[in-house]
Amino acid sequence: MISNWRYLVAIIGIAAIAAIAFSKMHMAPPPSELDLARSKPSEKGIYAVSIDPEAGEVKQGELHNWIVALKTPDGKAVDGAKIAVDGGMPQHGHGLPTAPQMTGELGEGRYRIEGVKFNMGGWWELKFAISAPQGDDNVVFNLVL
Amino acid sequence: MRRLLSSVSIAVIVAAGLLTACKPPELTEAEKKTVASLSLSALPPLPPDPTNKYADLPAAAAFGATLFFEQRMSIDGVVSCATCHQLDRQFQDDLPLAKAIGTTDRRTMPLADVARSPFLFWDGRRDSLWAQALTPLEEPREHGGNRTFSAHFIKAHLADRYERIFGPLPDLSALPANAGPLGNDAEKAAWAEMSEDQRQAVNRVFSNLGKAIAAFERSIVHEKTRFDRFADAVTVGKTPEGDAALSDEEIYGLRLFTGKANCIECHNGPRFTDDHFHNTGIPAVAGLPEDLGRETAVKQVQSDPFNCLGAFSDARPEACGELRFMVTSGPQLTRAYKTPSLRGAAGRPPYMHAGQIKRLEDVIDHYVRAPASPSGKSEVVPLSISERERAALVAFLKTISD
Repeated sequence: MISNWRYLVAIIGIAAIAAIAFSKMHMAPPPSELDLARSKPSEKGIYAVSIDPEAGEVKQGELHNWIVALKTPDGKAVDGAKIAVDGGMPQHGHGLPTAPQMTGELGEGRYRIEGVKFNMGGWWELKFAISAPQGDDNVVFNLVL
Repeated sequence: MRRLLSSVSIAVIVAAGLLTACKPPELTEAEKKTVASLSLSALPPLPPDPTNKYADLPAAAAFGATLFFEQRMSIDGVVSCATCHQLDRQFQDDLPLAKAIGTTDRRTMPLADVARSPFLFWDGRRDSLWAQALTPLEEPREHGGNRTFSAHFIKAHLADRYERIFGPLPDLSALPANAGPLGNDAEKAAWAEMSEDQRQAVNRVFSNLGKAIAAFERSIVHEKTRFDRFADAVTVGKTPEGDAALSDEEIYGLRLFTGKANCIECHNGPRFTDDHFHNTGIPAVAGLPEDLGRETAVKQVQSDPFNCLGAFSDARPEACGELRFMVTSGPQLTRAYKTPSLRGAAGRPPYMHAGQIKRLEDVIDHYVRAPASPSGKSEVVPLSISERERAALVAFLKTISD
């Protein structure tokens, strides 16, 4: 009986010590099934949207540009679109630290988005509200820094 | 006998467990990456300042150093930039509110690597180091000067050095001794009576003084700390030695900082700041006017004639992204203040934008309690940490101050 009691104390003790020693104390990581695709159809399927940073790798804390490419589902470039930009960190409940804007139509359905900045590491959303002759539609991209 | 063996084996297991608890586990690869991201070694070279074509001119920096320590640029002849930005005190003054001719509403900020901040002051009401440096010169509680006073001073005492860098000074002989758009009523009236050409000529001289001071301030940088020596060893797979070997408590604090306590969310990168503005529920100071932080500052920086897009900036508009794409409205701006660097912070209480919190331990207590903001909404959520964890966080913060 005494032996069992000792075992119990020892097991609880070891479990507690292990919990202290090995606990991972990070904030919630981004969901593992997060869709990180840089090309996807818009929500209503009106556009096929691709995004890429204009100057290579995105660095935390640096103001940078993205290029958004718009096509119809059958692959034709969409010209004359207006794109509004929003976004933020879903796990932190805050928006983007800057107010990015579409500043140029580059032709062949390509548009420049200026003024994007990610001031923290983690899961960010970039949301685009697209308005063009084909109709209004939205698309959300996930990024993990 | 069997029972004795069982007891012994349990004791061995418990002892091993205790040893594990005392000796923190090795840093994981992810943790090493985070540690490397915080090291001064990860800081890229100082980028050029497109708004200031004199920013990297040694003669301008030397002239700026003179101006930084020049007391005669103040209306009472005893205040210089160095009155509050003290050379031997991390270029700050240890006071809750800066004191020069009068007492201001804000804590003096330290200057190490200040040239890397996209927005200056606690609320970011200026968008370049030179535009910042001009502000105290004509603030009644700081230098208390005005634009023609500054120009006349340069003409009388430092004309040669000025002209070698910036070219000929304009003819100031017909201009009032004291005139400026932000001074007292007499100074404002005198400024209004000057011609547009005269005002612009004086503004040009005035802006060049800021550009020289900024050129000097670009040379004020962070020095490596114990943490950086630790991080640099860990990054290359070496065992940190000497003072680079952080104690178990300091490493525990580092893990809390980057993990459970999540300080790194805002205090990130080699300067331990995201250069952004946050409402963290810092209490208002009784007796001071209402302070809305970033909410007020965005309007001020937009209307500043010395901003990146203004006539005295050397930048093309394309280089003014921080100003052009600044968030200008929204509830998140109310009582939001800049994330300060934590480098050296352990050695410079009191803390926060008006020195509201006296000790580092109390800062941690503030983030644990996460009180509501006097106005706007605090981004901070309450944290549950033990006394041991608080002490470990303080211990870690000292490693980026030693």
